[in-house]
Amino acid sequence: MSLSAVFILDMKGKVLISRNYRGDVDMSVIDKFMPILMDMEEEGQVSPIVVHGETTFMFIQYNNLYLVSTTRKNANVCMVFTILHKLVEVFLEYFKELEEESIRDNFVLIYELLDELIDFGYPQTTDSKILQEYITQEGQRLEIAPRPPMAVTNAVSWRSEGIKYRKNEVFLDVVESVNLLVSANGNVLRSEIVGAVKMRVFLSGMPELRLGLNDKILFENTGRTKSKSVELEDVKFHQCVRLSRFENDRTISFIPPDGEFELMSYRLNTHVKPLIWIESVIERHSHSRVEYMIKAKSQFKRRSTANNVEIIIPVPSDADSPKFKTTIGSCKYIPEMSAVLWNVKSFPGGKEYLMRAHFSLPSVEAEKKEGTPPIQCRFEIPYFTTSGIQVRYLKIIEKSGYQALPWVRYITQNGDYQIRTH
Amino acid sequence: MTDSKYFTTTKKGEIFELKAELNSDKKDRKKEAVKKVIASMTVGKDVSALFPDVVNCMQTDNLELKKLVYLYLMNYAKTQPDMAIMAVNTFVRDCEDANPLIRALAVRTMGCIRVDKITEYLCEPLRKCLKDEDPYVRKTAAVCVAKLHDINSQLVEDQGFLDHLRDLLSDSNPMVVANAVAALAEIHESSPTAAALIDMNTQTINKLLTALNECTEWGQIFILDSLANYTPKDEREGQSICERVTPRLAHANAAVVLSAVKVLMKFMEMLEPNSDYINTLTKKLSPPLVTLLSAEPEIQYVALRNINLIVQKRPDILKHEMKVFFVKYNDPIYVKLEKLDIMIRLATQANIAQVLAELKEYATEVDVDFVRKSVRAIGRCAIKVEQSAERCVSTLLDLIQTKVNYVVQEAIVVIKDIFRKYPNKYESIISILCENLDTLDEPEARASMVWIIGEYAERIDNADELLESFLEGFHDENTQVQLQLLTAIVKLFLKRPTDTQELVQQVLSLATQDSDNPDLRDRGYIYWRLLSTDPAAAKEVVLAEKPLISEETDLIEPTLLDELICHIASLASVYHKPPSAFVEGRGGMTKVALPSRSQSAGSQLSDAAATPAAAPSAPAAVQQPQPTIIPSQGDLIGDLLSMDLGPTTQTAPPPQQPDTGAMDLLGGGLDSLLGGPVGAPTPPPAAQPPMGTGSGLGGLGDIFDLAGTPGLGGGCYVPPKQVWLLAAKAKGLEIAGTFSRRQNQIFMDMTFTNRALTQLSGFAIQLNKNSFGIIPGAQLNVVALNPNQSFDTSLPLSPVGPIQRMDPLTNLQVAIKNNIDVFYFSCIMPIHTLFVEDGVMDKKIYLATWKDISPSNEIQYQISNVTYNTDTISQKLQANNIFTIARRNVEGQDMLYQSLKLTNGIWVLTELKIMPGNTSITLSLKSRAVDVATAIQQSFDLILHN
Repeated sequence: MSLSAVFILDMKGKVLISRNYRGDVDMSVIDKFMPILMDMEEEGQVSPIVVHGETTFMFIQYNNLYLVSTTRKNANVCMVFTILHKLVEVFLEYFKELEEESIRDNFVLIYELLDELIDFGYPQTTDSKILQEYITQEGQRLEIAPRPPMAVTNAVSWRSEGIKYRKNEVFLDVVESVNLLVSANGNVLRSEIVGAVKMRVFLSGMPELRLGLNDKILFENTGRTKSKSVELEDVKFHQCVRLSRFENDRTISFIPPDGEFELMSYRLNTHVKPLIWIESVIERHSHSRVEYMIKAKSQFKRRSTANNVEIIIPVPSDADSPKFKTTIGSCKYIPEMSAVLWNVKSFPGGKEYLMRAHFSLPSVEAEKKEGTPPIQCRFEIPYFTTSGIQVRYLKIIEKSGYQALPWVRYITQNGDYQIRTH
Repeated sequence: MTDSKYFTTTKKGEIFELKAELNSDKKDRKKEAVKKVIASMTVGKDVSALFPDVVNCMQTDNLELKKLVYLYLMNYAKTQPDMAIMAVNTFVRDCEDANPLIRALAVRTMGCIRVDKITEYLCEPLRKCLKDEDPYVRKTAAVCVAKLHDINSQLVEDQGFLDHLRDLLSDSNPMVVANAVAALAEIHESSPTAAALIDMNTQTINKLLTALNECTEWGQIFILDSLANYTPKDEREGQSICERVTPRLAHANAAVVLSAVKVLMKFMEMLEPNSDYINTLTKKLSPPLVTLLSAEPEIQYVALRNINLIVQKRPDILKHEMKVFFVKYNDPIYVKLEKLDIMIRLATQANIAQVLAELKEYATEVDVDFVRKSVRAIGRCAIKVEQSAERCVSTLLDLIQTKVNYVVQEAIVVIKDIFRKYPNKYESIISILCENLDTLDEPEARASMVWIIGEYAERIDNADELLESFLEGFHDENTQVQLQLLTAIVKLFLKRPTDTQELVQQVLSLATQDSDNPDLRDRGYIYWRLLSTDPAAAKEVVLAEKPLISEETDLIEPTLLDELICHIASLASVYHKPPSAFVEGRGGMTKVALPSRSQSAGSQLSDAAATPAAAPSAPAAVQQPQPTIIPSQGDLIGDLLSMDLGPTTQTAPPPQQPDTGAMDLLGGGLDSLLGGPVGAPTPPPAAQPPMGTGSGLGGLGDIFDLAGTPGLGGGCYVPPKQVWLLAAKAKGLEIAGTFSRRQNQIFMDMTFTNRALTQLSGFAIQLNKNSFGIIPGAQLNVVALNPNQSFDTSLPLSPVGPIQRMDPLTNLQVAIKNNIDVFYFSCIMPIHTLFVEDGVMDKKIYLATWKDISPSNEIQYQISNVTYNTDTISQKLQANNIFTIARRNVEGQDMLYQSLKLTNGIWVLTELKIMPGNTSITLSLKSRAVDVATAIQQSFDLILHN
């Protein structure tokens, strides 16, 4: 069971474009959507699922647009949300940006895409690379009408045949994002790494690829218990990877799509020290001033360096007259975020820096209580992974027998990096 | 170049101009015109008047133009059904186009034109497309069958399209298979006749499993959802499907993962619990569920609602993952609230400190709803994890000190619950609560506070003043506050009668004379009369001990939970409601059920009988012997017993169909949970799950009974025989008798004595209609009796006869005929002979049922002079099919929670309070049919005094 219709609405709830897939829900019901959503927002009962009588609306928001789907059945709601996000992805690949304007500018193409992406509520071909082979506006000018690419229905639905490159190359980026949640009294509540192996593939033909990682389970299975390995808690693969093969012997084998894609993601809990540790002392003198003392410490090896470290310190929205003093980097007060941005371009390992800030507070206190948002931190550490994951090899086999070079890059960055304050 | 220019034509006579352009000879102009039409359509203008002109543009070799015209057709064909026929020819021709893209486009669009007249013209082209050489066309045609079925199901079934679809399941192309599966599932849901035609079997399942590895991510979802509707024929098949589905947990698409979780959660039910495989699978399920929490917030929300179900069904899966549910500052509120719920479900003694620290943090945030729920969560933790209660209370006190109005009110509401759960423990904090009296402005908080004052009036020196202060604005209060205030003041009066007389009179008069609220008035009058006629009785009523509140709040009722598990990933799993609650029509009515392992394993989940759709296959599976499972010892005994008892179990009556709706909830639903399908032979006696030592004894009792020594210590209690029919009244025939229960059956054990001078012969017996439908299960077997000769006989009885209410309920009127005359007498059946062997209620069901039955159906008795200890009591009752479900020690008192079931499916839940060293025990019982209460109490009395 799936969705009945898809609507794209502007912020006011006006329909920009819609497609009725099943005809079992009256299309005018969409007029009810925005009023109900507003009511729910007013009552603080926001939810991505809105009910009106027997109709269920499931929606996501992107920029200034709502993508709304309707159903009267017991639809697979997880699939509905996934396909809505997928629609955004496809539109982005087609139009580079997705907003009211781009919808209006491309309505013919959007109708075509909606027709091809979903049939009777069931998602069909959603791989934009493949779609672009037969749904293009330029294509219509050709004398011969396009045919569905083989890939649409092939077992390999993500790659077309006959791709040719003069130079066969593969770029692998191993990107690890560190999610951190620290309580106000300095306890690490959660610390996990979400890693991703992103690829840019420029290979001719139908290459077979095999990726070797220092995966702990693989090493244990093959008796290499001494080598340094990483225990991946949960691994998710792009649909090109043969999952049953991985389940059997942990081999990551696949025929890659052409160009850029995310091959896999993994998640693991870390017990290592948080890479950048932040301590804060906040002294609030009601009606007069508030003072901050922020200490940032890099807890990774000296030979690595974190680039573009940004520490975002929330301040009361009614604070004014900022004054900063810092041992390194620059500070900026950003009123629209109600925060101070402390920027350190280059932050080597094993260092500790200080920043002090001083704000005045109005003598009349605001009535509405403000929350205490956490301090956040952004950074990027190249040539380094927290987990110690390594690409051991990437084998590329194509029947024409060409040689191709894989390039591997490692990078660690912040994920959801939050330090609560008092 | 952008398309936005098409929106900007706002000249007068637009339609007219468009018409002209559409009929232009120039291709380009034509196309531009169609685009303008579509643009108008997009912004909601009615351009249906252009229908014939647009349709005229249909015959084009320009693909883009064709698509636009088709789009127009889909939108307006319904408004112009007659004109729509004009398009049929083009469709038919396009279905034979050389370009597969056009063939597919035609067949896809045709199905979307929901005009009845057209459908029959579509059959031929569709049939061709289903066999098209290009898989792109076939996969589109497969979906088109579902579309057509939605418009005209009869047509699809008559034209044999279902067979075509079935054939496509074996298609060489995985995408075609996936769409065929989706179409079949769709049709299956909506049409009962079609459902019969396309039932899945092992072979098709294997094809699906193969296609699963090859098709697109979406196709995988269709296949997984279809697999979830299949009931494997045995455990081995279930496991092999699980093995082949497990790799999907590593898919990047969240919907693939969640549908795979659904299949696994469902099929796990049929596998051997605690087996290595189940343990491995349990471990494998946790990481992907955790990873779903890094998905987009909407998907997180769906995942969290489902995780809420999963932790209730299989708490093991996520028991170590508490931290991942900690709330992040930037989580959307709907994610925060769901996380909170799951945190409480996962709270245990081991992690409670962390949980409390978090909850306290949340309680200081700004979002009012979230803060309230956090405070409430602290209270729930206190009630759930006893060891943490003290810490929770002190956390709540800290929060009360913040003086944030809604925090204080919420805290007081939960503290009331904590008092209910742990009476006489935390009353020292009452004074702190009282300080906040003035700030309370929400009815629930005020009512809670008033309740606390009334309940502990004897410890609050100024309770009278406090309550009096509320009285001033009595009529402005919300009803729940008024009711609480009335009760609280009456409580106060009963506790401190000397100085509160005035107060109580005041409140009674306010409630009875000045109020329009009937509830309030009635309660006022009842108190008034009680107080004026019998203050002692008033005390017993008003100050009666309250049942403890249950540990876990808002658990989903187990049968519903099982159904929802089958709907993981769907809307039902987000609403936590069965589809029938929000989907109209048959699609929603098909109730699905978890597959059960096997009946002898005592699985509590087989509600196969309650599910019409699953019924044809499930009972068959249940009745099959399952050689693959090595039975545990308990099962073996069960099997032996059932072999020995073959004939008697066969005659054992099927559970009686209860006749009222309310009873059905209790009887029918639970029956089917525990027993087999109605009408099938009831399961062997020892099929009940082992229940610790007590049931072991029960089992032994059965074995003793088998040996033919009824009434032996461990078995069902048999009262001594009484003379039922005096010789003087029956022309010399004397009958003494009693009732017993053995081998799952009720027996009337009688001794016939001939006190006359002539031979008596030709005995027959008849029972009048009675409350439980008891009728003789066999012929009365009494030989001819010579003078002064006696004869013992046992007449099996079965509860399948007509029903008539008797007074007392257990009264049985008997007619005995012999060669002399017909004689009548009546006797009382001890009700415990009607307690059936499968009267064990699952703990959770017990809890839910107890809560569900209204307190007015609760009756309390005192049973005095009981000399046994708790163990013996439990054993004795168990021997009489009163099963101990749980046992707890509360402040030195033993509490036994017991269930029993009568032959007619009425469940009775009881609670025994046993004070060591005190021979008087308290029996509280609850049942939806309270009429049986007296008889049940008598039977307890009987059993515990013999």
